[in-house]
Amino acid sequence: MKYLDEYRDPQLAKNLIERLRRKAFPKGEIRLMEICGTHTVAIFRSGLRELLPPQIKLISGPGCPVCVTANEDIDRAIWLAEQPGVIITTFGDLVRVPGSSSSLHLKRSTGADVRIVYATLDALQIARENPDRQVVFIGIGFETTAPTIAAAVQQASELGVRNFSVFSAHKLLPPAMRTLLDAHEVKLDGFICPGHVSIVIGAGAYQEIADNYKVPCVITGFEHLDILQGICSLIDQVESGRAEVENRYRRAVTWEGNSAALRLIDEVFEPVDCTWRGIGPIAKSGLGFRPGWKMFDAADRFSMPDIRVKEHPGCRCGEVLRGVMTPPECGLFRKVCSPRDPKGPCMVSGEGTCGAYYRYHKDSGQSSVASG
Amino acid sequence: MIIQLDQGSGGRAMHELIDDIFVSALQNPLLAERNDGAVFEIQGGRMAMTTDSFVVDPIFFPGGNIGSLAVHGTVNDLAMCGAKPLYITAGFILEEGLACSDLRIIVASMAKAAQEAGVQVIAGDTKVVPRGKADKLFINTTGVGIVPAGIDIGGRNARPGDLVFINGTIGDHGMAVLCKREGLAFENEIQSDAAALNGLVELMLDAYCGIHVLRDPTRGGVATTLNEIAEQSGVGIRLFEEALPVREDVLGACEVLGFDPLYVANEGKVLAVVPQKGADAVLAAMKSHPLGRASCLIGEIVSDDPGRVFLRTMIGGHRLVDMLRGEQLPRIC
Repeated sequence: MKYLDEYRDPQLAKNLIERLRRKAFPKGEIRLMEICGTHTVAIFRSGLRELLPPQIKLISGPGCPVCVTANEDIDRAIWLAEQPGVIITTFGDLVRVPGSSSSLHLKRSTGADVRIVYATLDALQIARENPDRQVVFIGIGFETTAPTIAAAVQQASELGVRNFSVFSAHKLLPPAMRTLLDAHEVKLDGFICPGHVSIVIGAGAYQEIADNYKVPCVITGFEHLDILQGICSLIDQVESGRAEVENRYRRAVTWEGNSAALRLIDEVFEPVDCTWRGIGPIAKSGLGFRPGWKMFDAADRFSMPDIRVKEHPGCRCGEVLRGVMTPPECGLFRKVCSPRDPKGPCMVSGEGTCGAYYRYHKDSGQSSVASG
Repeated sequence: MIIQLDQGSGGRAMHELIDDIFVSALQNPLLAERNDGAVFEIQGGRMAMTTDSFVVDPIFFPGGNIGSLAVHGTVNDLAMCGAKPLYITAGFILEEGLACSDLRIIVASMAKAAQEAGVQVIAGDTKVVPRGKADKLFINTTGVGIVPAGIDIGGRNARPGDLVFINGTIGDHGMAVLCKREGLAFENEIQSDAAALNGLVELMLDAYCGIHVLRDPTRGGVATTLNEIAEQSGVGIRLFEEALPVREDVLGACEVLGFDPLYVANEGKVLAVVPQKGADAVLAAMKSHPLGRASCLIGEIVSDDPGRVFLRTMIGGHRLVDMLRGEQLPRIC
């Protein structure tokens, strides 16, 4: 893994920070949103926030798949877990996310069969080993995980596995970025675009956002030099009045994206309207099964009842996800909401903004990062 | 030959097993008496006593096995109290079907580890449970040792101004076990650092007997152990990211698997919190021992933010280093 060292050179990083600190910022405060939860964590882990000049504000965005999974989808997953003979399979963090009145984790401790898998194909394997049970994979994630789930569904079809289905709560990031800009709730001068999602969708996917909203979009990797270079590019663009897509993660991201992965998604799924926790319904921002693959759609296989959703009073995850508020400004943060006993999804996930503030932010007892 | 249920019955089969595998390998006169317990002389002074259980999966891993680990882990718990480890007892829970050849290798490495650490295994117990009721074998130990006069080591003793040392790279054991268990092959096989630290600690205490805290950062890793010290002593701890020693292969495996080496277990490392006036002597002593060649300063005790651990990042920022939450790696020791 030596190839990463060059993106971690501390002296180069210090030079870039100095360069930013010497800037005059004639246009005042510059507000940049890092969309992706992995960036949020990387920024905290490097301690970058406190080193930037005060005119540069980094705002954490909605790019944690667990966090934006709608409460009703969690409730539906819990309902599925309650059905006799059903095995629920999903990725780790999701099981602890509280729904209206329970979580998959709580259901498991009272007897539901909920299993954590590290790959969708593992879920398919469980289905093959348990032919008399219904195995449902709770599919969450962005464009990054969707291809692997499409591949698992195709494999299930080839193998004739009839007891496997997917509850698809997949989400697409660019529509959410547009929704945040349309809402004008928080002023954004630039996007630090997600690294992993961009590997799949390609840098070109942001062109329309840069053009229509005049907001610069820079794709970066996850080492501190990657992120710093991304920030420098965004600042340069803002100061010179440009709004372009810049790919600062060329070692992984192409302009067109991963065509094989995109084709897999397109074969199995189609964009559908869906609800984001904290943001609300967004047109064509989710992935639903195409008609030819509906037999693998858990929402089709089980007749789910209408779900009436109840949010925890006082939980401000919505504002946090929209970048309107920082976690320490929430009344529950650290007092009653912690990774051990999370009240909202942003505290559960390893990449949730609240969880990242809780774990890494030096002054997270007070609100030291202005926002809103 | 495999372990069968009657070998845990208390009858002849068990006695033959004990004689054949345990007594012969561990070669100790007190053990050979086959009493229910061992009676031994102690000098006046303070005794240290500890107990530990070993359930590591897989039972053989690069750099050791569950038997050597049981001795190393127990010896280290005593050494971290500043004690000179003397005696160990070992209780074995064997799963029906365990290969006797495996058990023989494991007990032989216990004997070797004990001999190298200068401790004696003086009492033991063997139970066999039906297949599926345990996983191959579990070992529970007790260790006793003598604490020399003038030594006061404990997690509550860290004071602002003290320096934090470690005797080498972090995360080796956890990643060695995990890579073996998951069948992950990197360029080189990662070796566990499991080792008995009492010899190293003795040198350190000889160099400077006023060491404030000694801890072996096992489960939960360096981050969790330092948080315990910060809480017990009511002090803050500041780590220096650029000073944290991590082997390149361990770092690579951590990158791939998404682990932070600060939270990965060690079995041959000691964290020492040392007052500044003893720091040079302790560091020199550490470096003079084979298990301490790569010893270095990794942090300092501060008075602000009591109970918390911070990391000064290599670019000069700061972040909290919290205790391990949840189960990062089950069954690594």
